Amino acid sequence: MWGYIGRRLLATLPVLAVVSVLVFMMLRLTPGDPAAVIAGPAANSQDILDIREKLGLDKPIATQFVKWVGGMLGGDFGESFFYKKQVAELISDRIEPTLSLAVLTIVLATLIAVPLGTLAAWRQNSWIDRVVMGFSVMGFSVPVFVIGYLMIALFSMHLGWFPVQGYQRLSEGVGGWLHRLVLPAFTLAFIYVALLARMTRTSVLEVLNEDYIRTARAKGLPNRKVLLFHALRNAAVPIVTVIGIGIALLIGGVVVTESVYNIPGLGRLTVDAVLARDYPTVQAVIMLFSVAYVLINLAIDLLYTVLDPRIRY
Amino acid sequence: MSITSLFKRGAIGAAVAGALLVAAPVHAQQNTLRVVMHSDLKIVDPIWTTAYITRNHGYMIYDTLFAMDAKGDIKPQMVDKWTVSPDNLTWTFVLRDGLMFHDDKPVTSEDVVASIKRWAQKDSLGQKLFSFVKDFSPVDAKTFRMTLNSPTGLVLLALGKPSSNVPFIMPKRIADTSPNEQIKEYVGSGPFVFQTAEWKPGDRAVYTKFAKYRPRSEPANGMAGGKVAKVDRIEWRVMPDGQTAVNALRAGEVDMVEDTASDLLPVVTKDPNIKMIAQNPLGNQYVFRFNTTAKPFDNPKVRQALFYAFNQEDFLKGVHGDPQYYKVCKALFICGTPLATEAGMADKLESNFKKSRELLAEAKYDGTPIVLMHSTDLQVLTNLAPVAKSLMERGGFKVDMQSMDWQSVVARRAKKDAPTAGGWHAFLTSWVAADVLNPVGTAFLNSSCDKALFGWPCDEQMEKLRDQFARETDPGKQKAIAEQVQLRYLEAPTHVNLGQWYKPIAVRKNIEGTVIAPVVVFWNIEKK
Repeated sequence: MWGYIGRRLLATLPVLAVVSVLVFMMLRLTPGDPAAVIAGPAANSQDILDIREKLGLDKPIATQFVKWVGGMLGGDFGESFFYKKQVAELISDRIEPTLSLAVLTIVLATLIAVPLGTLAAWRQNSWIDRVVMGFSVMGFSVPVFVIGYLMIALFSMHLGWFPVQGYQRLSEGVGGWLHRLVLPAFTLAFIYVALLARMTRTSVLEVLNEDYIRTARAKGLPNRKVLLFHALRNAAVPIVTVIGIGIALLIGGVVVTESVYNIPGLGRLTVDAVLARDYPTVQAVIMLFSVAYVLINLAIDLLYTVLDPRIRY
Repeated sequence: MSITSLFKRGAIGAAVAGALLVAAPVHAQQNTLRVVMHSDLKIVDPIWTTAYITRNHGYMIYDTLFAMDAKGDIKPQMVDKWTVSPDNLTWTFVLRDGLMFHDDKPVTSEDVVASIKRWAQKDSLGQKLFSFVKDFSPVDAKTFRMTLNSPTGLVLLALGKPSSNVPFIMPKRIADTSPNEQIKEYVGSGPFVFQTAEWKPGDRAVYTKFAKYRPRSEPANGMAGGKVAKVDRIEWRVMPDGQTAVNALRAGEVDMVEDTASDLLPVVTKDPNIKMIAQNPLGNQYVFRFNTTAKPFDNPKVRQALFYAFNQEDFLKGVHGDPQYYKVCKALFICGTPLATEAGMADKLESNFKKSRELLAEAKYDGTPIVLMHSTDLQVLTNLAPVAKSLMERGGFKVDMQSMDWQSVVARRAKKDAPTAGGWHAFLTSWVAADVLNPVGTAFLNSSCDKALFGWPCDEQMEKLRDQFARETDPGKQKAIAEQVQLRYLEAPTHVNLGQWYKPIAVRKNIEGTVIAPVVVFWNIEKK
């Protein structure tokens, strides 16, 4: 097991190397000049040249790349061109809202989708099944921002149950934190509920036709036990896989949801940094997302061994 | 337990949790003003950048020696009194009593001199003013003196300049920072204190009332008059999404939105809890900028043709639709201000396509496609380029409109490469009216070739007129020179002015005392 983990971690190194080159080069190839953005509308060419020099953007690209990678290996992600703050500090400020939103979304999606998918499988071809699958199609079809605005119109503007926007830190109270996050998390969870419910239904349906389910029923186990301890547990591996894949989708969804609900998280930081051509910030955030994605997939692989004892590495 | 019962329990649990959440208190902050500004505050040195959001931040925490009132006249602000020698060469200023920085140190003439010198190294009007300055130094703690080598009408005009870069006063130790470096301490003597620890870029910037600020006794008037802070705390909330900002305003989560998207104005104006305030009556001016170094715009006749191809109404209507948010104004120096004149404009900007084609024929325009940069991500600019393309084509031009985001326009406009090799011919932008009130302040009129702004017009005659304007101290004669500048601008165009537009700020009904001024400022505002 430990050998496997070590090999997997080593295998992430070339992935990160490729990501770093791609991110660095793509940013430099994108039209736009951070120095011109910083200088403002009335700056002349000399002002812009001065700022480029200050930022080190006048140096050859290879030199800039080596400096960035060298800094990163030493734990220094550089300084934001705009905020004059360390990128690590900017990220640490923004990580809590994004992590909160992502975790709550995954928890909500799992808590809603797995029972719904299981119920749909249990009552296959009934009206419940059709409703769940209909909802699933809708969840895939409607963009996140549309769902967000509709939720705000109904639950915030019309009913006044939730705030329209903003984030409250966990340290300022769980109630306020949850109050501000519920609507964004439900918005973002919509698509994952659709995805997970569909996958759960398929997996449970497959398992329900297995011999050991028939045996469990034959020996007189109640439906609840058959479903929870026999069917669902054996259907768990594909469901967990989808949850893992969903986390990648989540990164895209977070960017949109954070904008609609004005949550100052990593998604918003990424968009702002890209629009302003804040190279050090974009590079660091993309590297962070890449590392997170690789580690989440590793964790999912390891979780297989818990869910299915037959799997060994 | 049956499956159905399991789901019932889950549903009850969810309902209870929901009820608890709904009952969670929403903080009511009576004396905190929550505002959505037009942009995120990224850079906090108002001398280092000309970005408008940084200028607005400057007005929160810094004070100025002079300021422009609602009529466009320059009034003293930090200055108590000043004298000018009979030969107009020596200006002596005395500061008001009781001026304090946020670090509890008094404002001295040394601070003023250091601040103005730093500003003058960056700002174009400051540079022009200092080309007349022989000496600028402190006399005593409250008195400072400016000695000129020849008279100029720029002294008060520059020191009371309302828009970027504004000559803000900082402590000497901060103002001694090179103008090419960003300052690292944010201490001013203005009515609000910047709470550095609470500044979260991308989220909020926070200011609190400066209890020791001593406002002037006159009522607030434009950027001038008494700056009385009537709220304890101001939070600039960052909301890049216009719909979210409007929703937050309607729900009472914020008190003011500075920049409401035009398509959302009908929604906001119908809300009985919101009022719209035309806070900046001078508004903004759209302009079409040429690259005069690239053929065919190196030929003034080709540039003149655009004054015949264009009309302002099409541009203004194309973006703002509702006539209450725009004004056709042919005057180069903003209608309603002292230097505004329509001299030479009678037959211009009327979309006389025949005349445009005639001029192009005279100029032997060979049909070179005009590379027109089209900014697609700023709502107030997006529709301008398609309108320009249509009018230009009808006026005999060939146009290659290239769409890109604004930051790409900003980067590309600095390039002098040929338009076919990554350069450009033209783009459209907008100036705050306060930036284009006179020939010296109007950056696009600068025709000093390589030293001019992108577009790099080269016109000795225009530079002579601008210099004459700078040297003139009599307002009547200044107006006459401004008229000559406008006529020269029509002969050798540096850009085309395309009319004025306005964006009212949206505030909750309980907000009162908004100052009518070219910049959104927060003194005098009350939350009832």
